[in-house]
Amino acid sequence: MSETVIKCESVYKIFGENAKKMLEESNGNVDAKTFQERGCIVGVNNASFEVAKGEMLVVMGLSGSGKSTLLRCISRLTDATGGKIFIEGQDLLELNNKELIELRRNKMGMVFQSFALLPHKTVVENIAFPLQIKGTNTEESISRAMEMVKLVGLDGRENYFPRELSGGQQQRVGIARSLAVEPDIWFLDEPFSALDPLIRKEMQDEFLRLQEKLQKTIMFITHDFDEALKLADRIAIMKDGIIEQLDTPANIVLNPATEYVRKFTEEVPREKVLIIEDVMDASSKDNLGDLKVSKDEIIENVAEKILTQEKLVGVIDSNNNIVGSIKPSKIIDTVFGGRKNGS
Amino acid sequence: MEYLKKYPKLFQWLFLLIVFFALCFAIDVPETYKFIRGQAEFVKDPNQSVYFFLGKEVRYYAFDVFWRLPPLLGWLPIWINDSLFFLMNEWMPMEFWNEDTQEFKTRPLLLEISRNLTSFMTFLIELIREILLGGLETIVAFTSWDFIDAYPWLELPGLPWTIVAAGAAILSYKLSGKGLALFAGLTMIYISIFGQWKPSMQTLSFILVAAPLSFIFGLGLGIAAYKSKRVEKALYPILLVMQTMPQYAVLVPALVLFGVGDHAAVIITMVVAVPPMILLTILGLRAIPPEVIEAGRMSGCTNWQLMFKVLIPTARRDILIGVNQVIMVCFSMAVISAFIGAKGLGFNLLLALNQLNIGLALEAGLCISLIAILLDKMSLAWANKQTDYFGNLTFFQRNKNVIFFAASFVIGIILAYVGTFIFKGSFNYLFEIPHNKGISTADFWNKGVDWIFDTFFVYIKAFNTWLIQDVLQPMRALYLRMPAVATLVLAVGAGYLIGGFRSALVVAALTLFIALSPWWDRALVTLYMATFGVVISCLIGFTVGTLCFQNKKSAAFMLGVCDIFQTFPSFVYLIPVMMLFGITDTSVLIAVIVYATIPATRYTIEGLRSVPVGLHEAATMSGVNKFQRLTKIEFPLAFPHMMLGLNQTIVFALFMVIIGAFIGTEDLGQYILKALSDKNGAGIGLTLGICVAFIGLIFDNLIRTWVGKRKKHLGIA
Ligand SMILES: Nc1ncnc2c1ncn2[C@@H]1O[C@H](COP(=O)(O)OP(=O)(O)OP(=O)(O)O)[C@@H](O)[C@H]1O
Ligand SMILES: [Mg+2]
Repeated sequence: MSETVIKCESVYKIFGENAKKMLEESNGNVDAKTFQERGCIVGVNNASFEVAKGEMLVVMGLSGSGKSTLLRCISRLTDATGGKIFIEGQDLLELNNKELIELRRNKMGMVFQSFALLPHKTVVENIAFPLQIKGTNTEESISRAMEMVKLVGLDGRENYFPRELSGGQQQRVGIARSLAVEPDIWFLDEPFSALDPLIRKEMQDEFLRLQEKLQKTIMFITHDFDEALKLADRIAIMKDGIIEQLDTPANIVLNPATEYVRKFTEEVPREKVLIIEDVMDASSKDNLGDLKVSKDEIIENVAEKILTQEKLVGVIDSNNNIVGSIKPSKIIDTVFGGRKNGS
Repeated sequence: MEYLKKYPKLFQWLFLLIVFFALCFAIDVPETYKFIRGQAEFVKDPNQSVYFFLGKEVRYYAFDVFWRLPPLLGWLPIWINDSLFFLMNEWMPMEFWNEDTQEFKTRPLLLEISRNLTSFMTFLIELIREILLGGLETIVAFTSWDFIDAYPWLELPGLPWTIVAAGAAILSYKLSGKGLALFAGLTMIYISIFGQWKPSMQTLSFILVAAPLSFIFGLGLGIAAYKSKRVEKALYPILLVMQTMPQYAVLVPALVLFGVGDHAAVIITMVVAVPPMILLTILGLRAIPPEVIEAGRMSGCTNWQLMFKVLIPTARRDILIGVNQVIMVCFSMAVISAFIGAKGLGFNLLLALNQLNIGLALEAGLCISLIAILLDKMSLAWANKQTDYFGNLTFFQRNKNVIFFAASFVIGIILAYVGTFIFKGSFNYLFEIPHNKGISTADFWNKGVDWIFDTFFVYIKAFNTWLIQDVLQPMRALYLRMPAVATLVLAVGAGYLIGGFRSALVVAALTLFIALSPWWDRALVTLYMATFGVVISCLIGFTVGTLCFQNKKSAAFMLGVCDIFQTFPSFVYLIPVMMLFGITDTSVLIAVIVYATIPATRYTIEGLRSVPVGLHEAATMSGVNKFQRLTKIEFPLAFPHMMLGLNQTIVFALFMVIIGAFIGTEDLGQYILKALSDKNGAGIGLTLGICVAFIGLIFDNLIRTWVGKRKKHLGIA
């Protein structure tokens, strides 16, 4: 695996007066209920994970499960109550104010759930804001901001004020602003949840296109499993501040680590998660029909083609070598059978 | 028994009232008791008791402690006074360089500070005044009188009134639009034609100094309080007291510290105008969505950048509403400061009222009112104006207001120059119309007043006599009849029933302070007048508000009327009532009623308005008629907000009662007025002000606590 960019070791965030003391007393065994009785709210509970360079980690969980809080800890918008966070090997909690500002100015970008645009600045001024804060001169920052405006497809509206834009347009401004300084690490907190389904899909596609080009390290929060599947390299599922499982989409669906994750993924359409490789039969490579499919194809995309076949369908890898086969009936099993078993 | 269980609160209240009245009847009026008209420490009477505390002698008439508590705090005003005197004249003597005599001189620190502050303020005011009106003090300040004698042309000529009028109109146009521009222009022309130009500009220059300074201090302290809990905690009680302290009362200490004149008024105006600015700054900064702040942080803002590039611009509207408040308070102080010798419209008004020249007073009052409305509308328009994008406009479009102003400037000067030829030998009406050389309608109004008096004298007098003899006197007697202990029990009991132990404690402390001061009787008189005013105001405001609420247009209209009336400095209200009722308690009470009806009406309408529309519809669907809807749904829901209105009504009424002392009443205000002309008045004035503020705060605490609980109960917090 390539180098680690974000690394969390037993991160805790507990809100309340005596949070720090209570955490020490509990020796790392934090129970949300007992803490709540004593007036503390557990936001993040013992989170340990790593995010590699260029990877997109999607964080999911119900409302109030601590997703935003986790993100805030990693961007140090709040100080974690316990644990260690490393950004590119640097201990985040050790940074002084100046170093932190430098880090944010050059390395980090963040998109907020509620856009958080500055009401007194126009679109282009909003986007240029982080650059100007950094001390880039006006002309350069504006021309760079104009590039960003084009990137998110808002050209022609660069002189509008946020109050004159729709929710979707405002969020694009937010995205453009977070990208203006070309950050390596990109935090997105439910960036698309305020958008209507059509625009959301459009934005997701745009986002994927961007990511293809920019290859950033991303932490992305969403409520929407479809969205997660579409975007994620790995998914983390949180409940009451605890990361219940952190794995690839397929593993989460196929091998839920806890009862909660199983329930959470129950309604997820398997054909959208699983790829051919997950369901193929690697042992039989004979008696194949004419159709060949790639092993990395998501089932949903090739199901129709396979189902029209009568013979076995060959599975090939990227070098066109045959690595296995798949029966059309297997597809039917996966799509319908899996769900029947699950419920 | 069942009732007792069902309405436990009701019985608790009943019990409290029974105890109160029992105490009232059980404690007899001492035979020697009479309302003391003079001030105890100036009356040397062998019947007085005396005690010494901190070396201060306190004289008072002793009664049974159940009847009146001894003035254990009687030393406080004297002590404040002596301390002030000590601080000013003896504390920390230091060597200061004296420009005039060219040598070091020993002076107490505070005196030196006060002097420097004074001369600085005087300089600022003079500077602006001379830009508007002309003069040579500013030039002299930098040079010398000899220099001016040598070059007499250096004297600042002052702006012709036409330019100031055009400037006001153009600024109004930029802020709001044609309507306000027209209003501004007409107001300025009116002021000029009626010969009020000079005093108006004096008042304006006062505001131009006081308001920016108050703004800066208010903003700074507001930011400090936002950033640090500790600062906020320290400021909070001061803010609270300043909100309910009559502006009038702070004039007295200013007099001692800074002497008579505009500079003292400016400094003390800042003391009054800064608190609302602080409050609104905190409010505005708190209201910023946390994500906007986080966005700023993630952009890598330093604390400084965060404050000035993110927080303050985002809270712009609230901060500008604060500016509006500051301007209005400054204006109202500018008028009242006439009592400590500030020049301007207030001074003319005071003079006219003192001479009982109602016509002149009316003209000055109208002028004050017009300027108040103009300032209010302009600053509100500024607050509500949204930033526009200018980048794609041409140079002319971008700067057209500046260009227009430059043009009017030139035209104004040409006009004024032409005027010197037209009005040869007399006054140049195109430059500045001197005071009393404009049109005056004073005679007309004076005749009108005389006519009213001649025609209706019998009726007015009859009404007056009836009110005083059959309503006010008995009411006053009743209030004075309350034994101190009974009042305390009532107040503390009410505090306990409404807000529990904590409220009871606060109320007890506030009440005790007043009871232990030498002015308990006066406080009762103040309270009686305020109560009378508040009851009538609430009745009127409540009725008018409810009636107007029945129709959207009339509601909006009434709110507009309230807005306008609220901008008038309270002092102005005394003019019409004096015109009709002369110098009596009736006048004061009517002014109180008029003034205090404003918040009563406003909060009634606002409260009723805030009832969610969905509830209306639900009620209408379930077949409720209009009256039922009003009594069953709207009133109960609007009631908490209306109670906040009551709170405001009480504060307004107290302010007016205190100002009413100018006409002649026997309450706390009278002493404040006296303290103004007393060389030992500072401590007395301050303590009196605190007493009045505490009366307001007692009600404030009770009402707010109740409203908070009620709102929680109704789920509309
Ligand atoms: N500043 C705070 N003070 C106290 N408690 C907080 C604070 N911020 C968050 N919490 C609590 O921490 C928990 C996690 O909140 P968080 O905002 O991280 O949830 P979330 O998963 O982002 O939810 P959503 O999907 O609704 O955005 C919640 O119970 C919340 O009440
Ligand atoms: Mg969230």
